[in-house]
Formats: sequence, structure tokens, C-alpha cells
Amino acid sequence: MADKDIIIKLEHLSKRYEGKEVLHDINLYIRKGEFLTLLGPSGCGKSTTLRLIAGFLQPDEGRVLLSGKDMTGIPPYRRPLNTVFQRYALFPHLDVYDNVAFGLKLQGLPEDKIDAKVRKALKMVTLTDYEDRDVESLSGGQQQRVAIARAIVNQPKVLLLDEPLAALDRKMRADMQIELRDMHKKLGITFIYVTHDQEEALTLSDTIVVMDEGRIQQIGTPADIYNEPVNSFVANFIGESNIFNGTMVKDRLVSFIGHDFPCVDSGFGEQTPVDVVVRPEDVVVDKDPSAGQFSGKVTSCIFKGVHYEMLLDTDSGNEIMIQNYLAFEPGTTVGMSIPPDGIQVMKKERLRNTFEGEISSPETVDFLGATFNVGHTPFEPGTKVRVEVEFSGVNLLDDLEAGELEGEVHSILYKGDHYHLTVCTPDGDKIYVDTDDVWDKGDLVGIEIAPKDIKIKEADDD
Amino acid sequence: MTIKRSTWALPYMVFLILFVALPLVMITVYAFTDPGGGGISLKNFVKFANTAEDMHTFVYSIEIALITTVLCLLLGYPAAWILSRSDLNRSSVTVILFILPMWINMLVRTLATVALFDFLKLPLGEGALLFGMVYNFLPFMIYPIYNTLSKMDGSYVEAAQDLGAPPSKVFTKVVLPLSMPGVWSGVLMVFMPTISTFAVAELLTLNKVKLFGTTIQENINNGFWNYGSALALIMLVLIGITTMLTGEDNAREDETGGVI
Amino acid sequence: MRKLLAQSYLWLLLLILYSPIVIIAIFSFTEAKVMGNWSGLSFGLYSNLFNGQVSGALVRAIENTLSIGVLAALLSTILGSIAAVGIFNLKGWKKKSITFLNDIPMLNPDIITGISLFILFVAVGARQGYVTVLLAHVSFCTPYVVLSVMPKLRQMNPNTYEAALDLGATPSQALRKVIFPQIWPGVISGFILAFTLSIDDFAVTLFTKGNQGLETLSTYIYADARKGGLTPELRPLMTIIFLTVLLLLVIINIRNSRLTKRNK
Repeated sequence: MADKDIIIKLEHLSKRYEGKEVLHDINLYIRKGEFLTLLGPSGCGKSTTLRLIAGFLQPDEGRVLLSGKDMTGIPPYRRPLNTVFQRYALFPHLDVYDNVAFGLKLQGLPEDKIDAKVRKALKMVTLTDYEDRDVESLSGGQQQRVAIARAIVNQPKVLLLDEPLAALDRKMRADMQIELRDMHKKLGITFIYVTHDQEEALTLSDTIVVMDEGRIQQIGTPADIYNEPVNSFVANFIGESNIFNGTMVKDRLVSFIGHDFPCVDSGFGEQTPVDVVVRPEDVVVDKDPSAGQFSGKVTSCIFKGVHYEMLLDTDSGNEIMIQNYLAFEPGTTVGMSIPPDGIQVMKKERLRNTFEGEISSPETVDFLGATFNVGHTPFEPGTKVRVEVEFSGVNLLDDLEAGELEGEVHSILYKGDHYHLTVCTPDGDKIYVDTDDVWDKGDLVGIEIAPKDIKIKEADDD
Repeated sequence: MTIKRSTWALPYMVFLILFVALPLVMITVYAFTDPGGGGISLKNFVKFANTAEDMHTFVYSIEIALITTVLCLLLGYPAAWILSRSDLNRSSVTVILFILPMWINMLVRTLATVALFDFLKLPLGEGALLFGMVYNFLPFMIYPIYNTLSKMDGSYVEAAQDLGAPPSKVFTKVVLPLSMPGVWSGVLMVFMPTISTFAVAELLTLNKVKLFGTTIQENINNGFWNYGSALALIMLVLIGITTMLTGEDNAREDETGGVI
Repeated sequence: MRKLLAQSYLWLLLLILYSPIVIIAIFSFTEAKVMGNWSGLSFGLYSNLFNGQVSGALVRAIENTLSIGVLAALLSTILGSIAAVGIFNLKGWKKKSITFLNDIPMLNPDIITGISLFILFVAVGARQGYVTVLLAHVSFCTPYVVLSVMPKLRQMNPNTYEAALDLGATPSQALRKVIFPQIWPGVISGFILAFTLSIDDFAVTLFTKGNQGLETLSTYIYADARKGGLTPELRPLMTIIFLTVLLLLVIINIRNSRLTKRNK
């Protein structure tokens, strides 16, 4: 990659708010003319990243390079970038013309030049003849166009868009997506787009950066991200998907939901635990229950406009979602198969919970800011240890007071026959839990770990 | 890089400390200072307890303030209720006419009462005092009550009717309880100034009747600063208690909420 | 029928509320010493007001009232608007404590405000006069300015400041060209409110004006009324004051309703 093609480079960006790390070691380069989308759920750090690029925030560590120049300490008004804000942030005391002309007037351009540029920008967003209108009298979509015109009229090197379509209704959003795409082609400048809407990201972008918990999860083209998610988070966040626990038997053979399936992945080793992602539209259905690799009974069937979406219980007791142009009545048993390229195998990020702890007495160990009874330990009190807890060894309780500590359910992943939850403790630590119980995101829970499920190992030296 | 804009509050903070907090501290210090020796003492308060005339004025002022407040409430609530009902009063002009006197200098209004009594050839005295007080402060009772009543969601009344409440029950069980915040701030806005006025009573009773405010003013004017401060502090405590009882938040909202 | 009853109650109250003022206005056009005696239509009291011996002191009182009103309103508008921006950006206990202090002058009765300031000026040995009255007025007007600017700041889209920076405005340009125009209506209302409160004040002025002969309109009327009850020359004066306030309120109301219409 030639350096002159790169317009923005983020190097080791980290940002903390009140002691909490909201952005962790972000490294990213953005090519000239690229339409790049930062995609992720709320609180994933995408907006923070955008604000660091715009200069509204200063990173705690790392730097932003613009055309190779370090932007540290350069205030937003000296950066050749412009932003389209989420709630437009139009100046209510100025009319449409003066809003768009704001930046040009500050540059001190002559009146006639400003006039020509403003009219051109307004034409671009199809708002000709709206010059004298009060911005507050415009519809949401029109205000959005003014905000875009106000930003592009300054001919920035990069246009930053912070969830620009979030406040629009569905129909309007679809129209604006097409217009943004066209505008990007016409202007030829770099767009950095922030959204939590995966569909929007897939439609618009050249490159998608999926973020979660302040980290970049995956960078790739929309097709890469959709077809080859690198982990269960990306798979779950982008599109509908079935995620199962599986075992890589050997190269090109994976076992899950009680069956062995040929696949295209290799290099995981033998008998390795993995996550398996199957897109609903990749499951092939046959009326004959004995025709496929496995069978299942339809439990629900909903028409989704183009296709039917069905839930089935498989012969091994897992739940699977499939999409098909044909409908199968609930109660019918069908045969299913999954072609090798419809199976995406991913290395498990972790196999169990691992915490740093310290032996506090012959019977107890401290970790996660709480004290847990373990019955007996061979270690001396005061020893630093590594504590391992299986996902299924953590019990979640309705009663906040009942467990050793409390937490909040942060995210939920359905794995066909159980749920995989991420639970955050008050200190911001994360505990991963496998459970059959149904919890909701945001539920407050008590956390309990039985002594037998706490494995204590000698601390690693590093 | 840029100055933090929160520092902009600093000059005003200094001003508030100098001209709001410090004066109140000074009053307290003066109140607890022995005018003879200069040491800390309760002498001023003891003097108050032993001065029958001042004690009597204090009690009498509270009586007058209570009577005024009750009269304003009895006269003002129905007016506020009528004003807020679109079926009984459609004109916003009447509302403005009721609020307008709030903006006329109280002395002018008091002297107007004097003029009315002169005109009607009625004697000045306690009757004139009560009339003048009610006349002065009635708008301050009507305005907050009107405000809460007119902001009240009409569907509450409809819901009560729908559930079978006759008009009298709708009023006592729904309208009245919901308008209580307005009533409390009205009570506060009438009680506080009536307890603390001083010029009004002089002018309306030709100095025949004295209120507590006048007692304080006379002491300050005659150089009894320590005793005057002690009396002012007593009034401040009384007002503090009233404010707490009626809930200061309501008062603030209505005092400032777009009177003009 | 109910409507008739309700309306007559309202108008009866209004009649009582306004009759004293109307009577004064009527009798300001006759020179009779006692109210109620009509000694023929005359503008004598009006011409006396501005030509007689009273005129000098009265004109000075009016001048003082207006100049203190304008200055106090100006100073408290500047102080209060800047403070509002500061308070808006404060958090936690700092915000709470300054808001608490800001509330005190609004909740305090005039007499307490007046006496406490009087004691302060006495204690520091300040000579009481024009300056002390002005300071006192600023102290009870500024809280109202803060409260009328605050809502405008709250309504403001916080991103507009960043948008201005983003479009190349320096922080001070952003403040001048974007923030200030948006809070301007609140600043104007604050100024009008402060001016009205200042010219209307009586108690605080009385305690802080000292004994160097400084009078404002209220203290002038008070002194005059104390001497001889409602003297005839007060009748035209009060009529004028009443009409002025009426005019001011009409202007404010028209302006407000125009603003609300525009916002719609």
C-alpha cells in the first residue's frame, strides 16, 4: 500500500472516560476516496473514534495522521475535515443560505464566490430555491440535506458522517442512502460513516470496520464481513445467523448439532472447540426428512416479504433458523443439509473464564473484587493465582444479594440449545456464562460460583 | 487548548458570595452580637422575648398574614378555576388583566387603596389594611393556581367522569388534589410578602397599626442594628420554615415561569 | 347560566382590583384636595407636577430611577448571561451550590435583602448612595437574568458549537456567531425583566440609598405619602406610572406572542 494513497491513519488510539477505557488501541488506515463505515452497537466506540478524527476529543494515547501529518493538538477548526452531525446541528438563527455559507464566510471568500459555491452545493442536495427558508421550517430529510451541503461546500478532504440518517423514517432513509452513495461518487472525497445499522453499512460502504467494546473486531468489504465473519460477535451483529458450539474434527470436517459436516476450513488442528456460523439462507431444505444431512421439525413459519423465515427443532435438539422461498407448515418434518461453503468456522475467542486472583485464606480466593469459598487450596494465602471458571460453572440468580457479586447482562448469543451471555460486573470486568435460562439484555443479576467450579492455577509469569 | 467555559461562572460566584451570602452571614453575626460589649450573646433575642410590644406585633403580623392568605385563597381559587376553563372563559384578555397588577409598584397600589377609601369616605385602619393586603396580593395567588390548572391534562377530568364521578367528586377527588402545587406556591407568594411588608401598613392605617416589618425598619433606622438584625433573622427563619412547608420548587417554577 | 355567573364573578373581582387606579386616574384631572370632590376638569395637577416646586426633586427621582434601572439591567444582564453559560457547563456540587446561592435573592423578602445589604455596607464602611443602590439592584436582578438565559442554553443543540468549530470557526467566533445569537432572546427577556424589577423596587432601595438625599421614584412617593397621605400631586404621577407599566407590558406581550408564533 503506497503511503500517498492513505489519507487518514489511526495509530494506537486509546481513550478513557472517568477511568473506563472506551477505545482500546485502534489501528486503522483509510484510503483516499474510500467510503468507510464504522459499524457497531451503541457504546462500541465508533462515535468516539469519529470525534477523535474530527478533533473534538484528544486521544489519551496514540495519534491521528491526516495525509501523513500528525494532528495531535490541532483544534477542529484547523482540520480540513467537515462533519455531518447526527441531529444535524443546523444553526437555528440562520436561514438555509447562511447555514451553508457559514464556513465560506469565515474563510473570508468574496461574496460572489460564496454565492456560486452555496448555490452549487444546494443544487447537489436538490435544495435549489430553499435559500431563504428558516431551517426549523424544513422537514427532517431537508434539514439533513442542508447539513450535508453545509459540510461539502467547504470541499473537505474527508467528510465525517455521524449516524446522519438515524433520525429519519424508513422510507426517507432508503432514499438518502442512494443519494449519499451517488454523492460520494460525484465528489470523490473520502467518507467516514458511523452507524449502528448493519443494513446501511452493507449497502453504502467500500470498507466496513466492525467495532465492539472499544476494539476493532473485523475490517473488510461488505461481502467479506457478511460471508466470513471472524468471530461470533460479528456473525451475530451482521445479518441473521445461527451460531453453534462445534468441534473441528480434522481439516475440512466439523462436528456440530450432533452431526459431522464437510466444510472448507482448515488449519484449526484436530478435535479443537470452535464456533460455527450458518446463515439461514444457506440451509438447503428438502420435503423428504431422510434426504439431507439431518432432519428437523418446523415450529414456526413467518412470511418476510420475499422469503419465509422458519424455526426448526433439529433431531439433536438444537434450534435452527432457516430462510426459504417455500413455506413449510409448522409440524412438518423436513430434511436439511448445509453445503461446505455455507459453514463458517471460527476459532473460539475463549474457552473458559480466566481471572487474576489472590488467595486470601486457606479456604478462600479473591477475584473480580469479591471473595469466593473454594473449600481447600494448596496455596499459601497471599499467593497470586490464575482462576479458571467454565462458562457453565457460573450461576445467575434473580436475587442480586444472593450471589457473591452482582452484574448486568451485557449481551446475549443464542447457540441453538443454550444462551451464551456476557455479564459485566460493577468494576467493568466481564464474565461469560452458558445458561439455559432466558435473560434479557440489561437484566441485573446475582452471580454465584460453586466451589467445585473454581479451578486455581499458578499465576502466569507474564 | 481552549478555556473551559465552566470558569465563566466564577465572576458571578464571587459576586454571589460577596453580595448574597456575606450579607446574610453579617445579619447573623450582628444578631448574635451584644450591642454593648461586642461579644457573642443571645441578648438581642432575650430583649425581643421581653419586649411585650414587639412580641405582640410579631404575633399580630402572623395573624394578618394568615388572614390575608386565606382570603386570597378563597377569592382567588374560584377566579383561577374559571379562568382556566375554556367553557367559562374564552378570553385571554381577562387572564392578562388579572396578572397585570403584579407588575405595578406595590406602593402605588397601596396608595390607590388609600384613594379608594378616601373616595368612599371610609376610615383608614384595620379594615383598610386587610383590604389593601388582599388587593395587593390577590394576583399572586391567582397566577400560580391558574398556571397549574390550565396546564392540567383535561383527560384526567374526562377519565374521572367516565369512571362515574359526579361534578362535585371530580373537583374534590381530581382537580383539587392536582392543583395543590399551584395552591402551595400561591400561599407562599402571598404569605411571604405580607409577613414582611412595612410601608403598606403605615400608609393604610395612618400609623395606627404596626406590623413586624415596620418594627424591624424602625430599629434599623434608629441605629439599633444588632436588635434589628436579630428581628430580621427571626423573620428569615419564619420564612424559611414556610418555604420548606410549602415546597420551594413549586414557588420557583411559578415565580420565574414566564410571568411576562 | 353558569357561564354568566362565572363571568360576573371575574368582572366583579376585576372591578375591585382596578377601581382604585381608575378613581385616581379620574381625579388626577381635577384639583380638589380631597378625593371624591370634583372641582371641575383641570390639567393643573399635571402642569404642577413638572413646573411647580416639586418638579426639581421629582425629575431627579425619575432620572435616578431610570438611570439605575438601565445600569442595573445592563450590568446584571452581562454578569448573568456570562454566568449562565458557566453554570450550564458546571456539574455536581459546584452547580448545586451556585444554583442555591442564585435562588436566595429570589426567595428572600425584599426587607431581608435590603437590611442584609445595609448591614454589609455599614460593616465595610462604604458610603451609601448611588453605587450601593446600584450594587443592591444588580444583586437581586441577576438571578432572574440567569434564569431567563438558562432555558435557551438548554434548548440549544449542543452540537451547534462543535459544528461551528468543524466549519472553521475559532472558539471565540463560534461563541459570537453561533452560541450568542441563539441565547439572545433569553438575554433580552432577562434585560427587560431586570429593568422592570429595578424600577419597581422600593424596599431594597430604601435601605441602601443612604442619607445623602438620593431618591428614586418609589422612595420619593413613599416620603411624600408619609408626610401628607395621598397628596393631590401624587395622583397624576401614579396615573403616569400606571400607563407606562401598561404600555411596557403590552409591548412585552406582543413581542412574546410574536416569538411563539415564529417558533411555530
